Amino acid sequence: MASAKNKPELLKNGKRLDGRDLMELRPIRIEAGVIKNADGSAYLEWGNNRVIAAVYGPMEAQPKHSADPARAVIKCRYQMAPFSGLADHGRTGPNRRATEISKVTREAFENVVLLNEFPGTEINVYIEILQSDGGTRAAGITAASVALANAGIPMKDMIYAVSFGKIGDKLILDLNMLEDNYSDCDMPMAISPKSGDILLLQMDGNLTMEELKTGIQQVINAGKTISAAQQDALKRFYTEKQQAGSGEGRSEAETTG
Amino acid sequence: MEAIDIVKSNYIRELINKGQRQDSRDLLSFRDISIKRGIIQNAEGSAQVELGDTKILAGVKVMLGSPMEDTPEQGNQIVSAEYWPGAAREFEPGPPSPEAIELARVVDRGIRAANCINLESLYLEEGKCWDVYVDVYVLNHDGNLIDASSMAVMAALMDTRMPKYENGVVNREDRTNKLKVNGVVATTTFAKIGDRIVLDPTGDEENAMSARLTVANDGKLIRAMQKGKSGSFNIDEVEELSRISLEKHAELKKIIGSEQR
Repeated sequence: MASAKNKPELLKNGKRLDGRDLMELRPIRIEAGVIKNADGSAYLEWGNNRVIAAVYGPMEAQPKHSADPARAVIKCRYQMAPFSGLADHGRTGPNRRATEISKVTREAFENVVLLNEFPGTEINVYIEILQSDGGTRAAGITAASVALANAGIPMKDMIYAVSFGKIGDKLILDLNMLEDNYSDCDMPMAISPKSGDILLLQMDGNLTMEELKTGIQQVINAGKTISAAQQDALKRFYTEKQQAGSGEGRSEAETTG
Repeated sequence: MEAIDIVKSNYIRELINKGQRQDSRDLLSFRDISIKRGIIQNAEGSAQVELGDTKILAGVKVMLGSPMEDTPEQGNQIVSAEYWPGAAREFEPGPPSPEAIELARVVDRGIRAANCINLESLYLEEGKCWDVYVDVYVLNHDGNLIDASSMAVMAALMDTRMPKYENGVVNREDRTNKLKVNGVVATTTFAKIGDRIVLDPTGDEENAMSARLTVANDGKLIRAMQKGKSGSFNIDEVEELSRISLEKHAELKKIIGSEQR
């Protein structure tokens, strides 16, 4: 959180500066299967966030000592591209923040991926933030979830993530960068929509018990919209693939005919 | 995991399912806690916490630094953690692991969110400020490093004596002024083992847990949270554990705030 000194007004006439209502999500658009070499991938635009996720695996775990003979291991790398922010050229390579996000992201996916089906293997999840505007870990998880499904990796559920926060005593959903910097609370969460289970939860700022309860409920309610965007991306990918496939078939028939 | 650990974890799960613990504690009680302050005289502040067999040393050094670009009138608070290889068989020398980084960041987050150190009070003059470095050393690992470290850091900050800054020079000979610390942040860490939830897990209990939830609060408001491991919590559990965390604050504050040197 930046200095509270130059804190701008974040609400005008009950609306947020980007015109959103308190519980309104930014527009989400996801495209599946965007990296040809990867086993699964997804590109996500969430407000001004631009995220790409690629999945490789399950494949033999390397180095060998990292393998678990009983189940697959997930290796996850969340990273921000050096050009992703409005400020300076970022430092390349993982910093402490990225290391922590990679860890909690991995733990969320370990809950839903059927790891027991692939003993001795690794599943690599690469999340790159190409442009950041607040809520990048949530955007990364939402994108990587689609990439895992796109890779055909069996999962109990397709998880999503979003954060809630607070401006004064008003709760808000899906914080952008400005809100993230100056809000009174930021609480990113990842949810398994089928069960409502909380798989990632971090928070800093201040919250009362009542705000906590309302906030989590809003994150669960937001799942409908986010899950729909994820499913839509996969449906479009497989419909287009099918159409492309039948298109090829037809032209072949025409040439031979 | 070694076979013996699996057997042990199964035993702990059975025990906790019956509402019992290896050390005969209640499910929602802390182990015995003791704090020693000011044990490193060269440091500006220090404290060693023993939480059962977990032993944490926190040391504070205050250095002359320069404010960050986006906060030109504030000093800096920097928390790091070292999983000292001597503290457990499974710790290895090398760069900080994701676990050590998470430990440092979670401890930092609660104290920062509650403004325990007023960073503006660390500003000295144009381009100059105090940087407060807090280093957490894990000396013996028997579970719940987060709560033990959080207590050690809080106590070490309350023990911190500031150097003097005169005419652009740092004077460490005269450290009479204490660092001003506002309020006490206490963290409570819960482990989900089977379908049950326990407070302050031991090392063996952590091996058996599926998920972990840490809640930091200042007695009034929730200040930071962190969920760990691949298991899950539902909304009711998060609410219940946050409530318990707020209730535990008074007990922890008493321990952190007492035993002055």
